[in-house]
Amino acid sequence: MTLDAADLLARTRDLLAAHPPGATAPADFLRARFDAGLAWVHYPQGLGGLGAPRTLQAVVDGELEAAGAPDNDPRRIGIGLGMAAPTILAYGTEEQKHRFLRPLWLGEEVWCQLFSEPGAGSDLAALGTRAVLDEEAGEWVVDGQKVWTSSAHTARWAILIARTDPTVPKHRGITYFLCDMHAPGVEVRPLRQITGEAEFNEVFLTGVRIPDAHRLGAVGEGWAVARTTLMNERVSIGGMRLPREGGMIAPVAAAWRERPGLRTHALHQRLLGLWVEAEVARLTGERLRQQLAAGQPGPEGSGMKLTFARLNQEISGLEVELLGEEGLVYEDWTMRRPETVDFTGRDAGYRYLRAKGNSIEGGTSEILLNIVAERVLGLPAEPRDDKDTPWKDLAR
Amino acid sequence: MTALPPRPGHPAPRAPIDLLYSGTEDELRAAVRSLLADCCEPAAVLARAETGRPHDPQLWHTLAAGIGAAGLLVPEKLGGAGAGHREAAVVLEELGRAVAPVPYLTGSVLATEILLACACDGPEAADLVRELAVGRLVCVPALPLTLAPGAPLPAPLHDAGGGVLSGTVTSVADAVAADVLLVLADTGLHAVPADRAVLHPVVPLDLTRPLATVTLEAAAGTRLADPATARAAVAGALLSGAGLLASEQLGLAEWCLTETVAYLRGRHQFNRPVGSFQALKHRLAQLWLDVASARAAARAAADALATAAPDAPLTVAVAQAHCSGVAVRAAEECVQLHGGIGMTWEHPAHLYLKRAKADSLALGTAGHHRGLVADFAELPAP
Ligand SMILES: Cc1cc2nc3c(=O)[nH]c(=O)nc-3n(C[C@H](O)[C@H](O)[C@H](O)COP(=O)(O)OP(=O)(O)OC[C@H]3O[C@@H](n4cnc5c(N)ncnc54)[C@H](O)[C@@H]3O)c2cc1C
Repeated sequence: MTLDAADLLARTRDLLAAHPPGATAPADFLRARFDAGLAWVHYPQGLGGLGAPRTLQAVVDGELEAAGAPDNDPRRIGIGLGMAAPTILAYGTEEQKHRFLRPLWLGEEVWCQLFSEPGAGSDLAALGTRAVLDEEAGEWVVDGQKVWTSSAHTARWAILIARTDPTVPKHRGITYFLCDMHAPGVEVRPLRQITGEAEFNEVFLTGVRIPDAHRLGAVGEGWAVARTTLMNERVSIGGMRLPREGGMIAPVAAAWRERPGLRTHALHQRLLGLWVEAEVARLTGERLRQQLAAGQPGPEGSGMKLTFARLNQEISGLEVELLGEEGLVYEDWTMRRPETVDFTGRDAGYRYLRAKGNSIEGGTSEILLNIVAERVLGLPAEPRDDKDTPWKDLAR
Repeated sequence: MTALPPRPGHPAPRAPIDLLYSGTEDELRAAVRSLLADCCEPAAVLARAETGRPHDPQLWHTLAAGIGAAGLLVPEKLGGAGAGHREAAVVLEELGRAVAPVPYLTGSVLATEILLACACDGPEAADLVRELAVGRLVCVPALPLTLAPGAPLPAPLHDAGGGVLSGTVTSVADAVAADVLLVLADTGLHAVPADRAVLHPVVPLDLTRPLATVTLEAAAGTRLADPATARAAVAGALLSGAGLLASEQLGLAEWCLTETVAYLRGRHQFNRPVGSFQALKHRLAQLWLDVASARAAARAAADALATAAPDAPLTVAVAQAHCSGVAVRAAEECVQLHGGIGMTWEHPAHLYLKRAKADSLALGTAGHHRGLVADFAELPAP
């Protein structure tokens, strides 16, 4: 049976009738929603979905939003939703899927991503964290250090990649694990950042034991699994839907309208240029969404992260200047441990500083431009001499 | 990267906007592209441009009448295809991709829109549209190519009475190919047979879209509409023209990107393809992003015009403010990244650069359109 929009609308209305949002505790509503298969409609039945076309999610979301239904705070659990879940769905055992997907979606278990290391950022496959199998115990023993780990301080689980065979070239000897952040040997240390707060962390792994049942995919095949995660990481940004003058341009435009005293001709020109670019980026994202919905995915997705990173930085930079003396003031340098990146509730200075991360996190803009050039335009790769060398023989 | 709520009292635009291409549009594109591949390759365009008469009547006939492109904007009851702006935009993409020297933008878009808006005023305009729709004659507006939507119209020509017109209009595009000129006079809009006008061709920056100074010396025309109708018709046509020009710019930019990528893959220096150097890959990737966004902006403008959306003027201004720059950048990168060959007369890159630069002045500069955005989006100057 393939479900269509009408079926999903009916199911959504049934859910709302059985659990009126006003009279239901948010957690209960979310549980009912997951169990009705309306969490991710394209996931299989029993795992939060109905096996419906992915594009019909919008029907459900729209109806629920209109009814004022609670959401699961997707920004707080973004790594789980955007990266861990699709990877577990694609590579997990039935047991893993049933164990992890429901609490993940409900927001009961926050996830983080233990990928980057001090010596392996853009060149992620160079990573050196070791996992060695203790065959008797059926457990892996993990040692190493991860870095820039967003939300490690609130996370219950992590997706982790580690090296299980140093004698083969770097892309081959990697294995993918689901790591319990409460396991002995996991130590999370705040890493304070440019905004003053510590949204990410260093994570030290010392003799951490991971049962083999928490391995995702085959031993040594972790790079393929990680690529699924990384692809989802980049795509999740392009699919976002904005209203006209949504996003970063909103507060600048509002300040411009409300405070004529701030206006200068030079700032006006820059504001108009950026307003146009923001509108064009919104349309490009909308076109991408329509392509996906029509089942003709275009390559535009690879570009949206690049575009938004640049725009966010330019717009927030303009905003600080527009504010004049106020732009000289920062709200609070106290070290904090936030649960989410807050672009809405914070001031221009914070937005300016935090946006600098947009062109680094999830793959730098330089790396993404390489990807566009090679995969979309078909330009030749640069000569590489690390492809066939065993990892242990690479310069570090 | 988090969405902020929209400004209160600033409702989201009308919901259904279609930024994709329909099956019919794809078929139309294929037909136009294959015609242009046969009859309009760059060497032929250049050879023709050098004669000083760039227009190819044979090509125009096949495009206008054979494929039916001239009548896309014209309703069926007036002998047209009853299609719309989305389809015309697809034709313009292909014409831009080929820097085709045909009076499509001027005749099948601007003149057609003007006449359609005047057709309720009398049978003369309707009759002209019928001829235009089937490609039996070429009719272009006697207006400067730089005239922009939202800008004041030029002073009308003088009517000595009974439609006997005198005066001069500069920078009239495609006048040399026209059978009929649409003239804005103080008594309204007039159709003047081109052979009653004195044309002084100027040497154009864009070799593929000829310009002329048009002088009327007591030339008799037929009045099509009164002054108010005429002015509104011209204003509406300029909006459509600017919106659809974005598609021409998109097609042009796309050609430049595709050609440059192909060239850099094949060209070797330092014992490797030049296209494997990251400095160039990043520039091309950025250009690809620009083209992808130009496509969204151009499609939005075409769709807004087709559906007569209330925010069409804003969407058109956004498209023009964005796409002119993309086309010029693409053509400039094309010349630079082709190295020495890009500077030669024989390589077609210059035809694209010249068209792109001229297009960036046509129907309002990006700066003019940003000024319109300021008005529509309520972001006033100091
Ligand atoms: C706010 C934030 C949150 C993050 N959260 C997480 C997280 O939760 N989990 C996680 O695992 N990681 C996380 N990261 C890490 C992020 O993925 C890396 O920082 C990123 O991939 C870049 O790696 P690097 O920092 O080692 O820089 P490097 O790779 O050392 O890069 C240094 C510079 O060299 C450039 N460069 C590198 N290689 C090339 C190349 N081939 N061509 C051209 N230029 C190149 C880069 O673009 C950059 O400008 C986060 C980062 C930030 C800023």
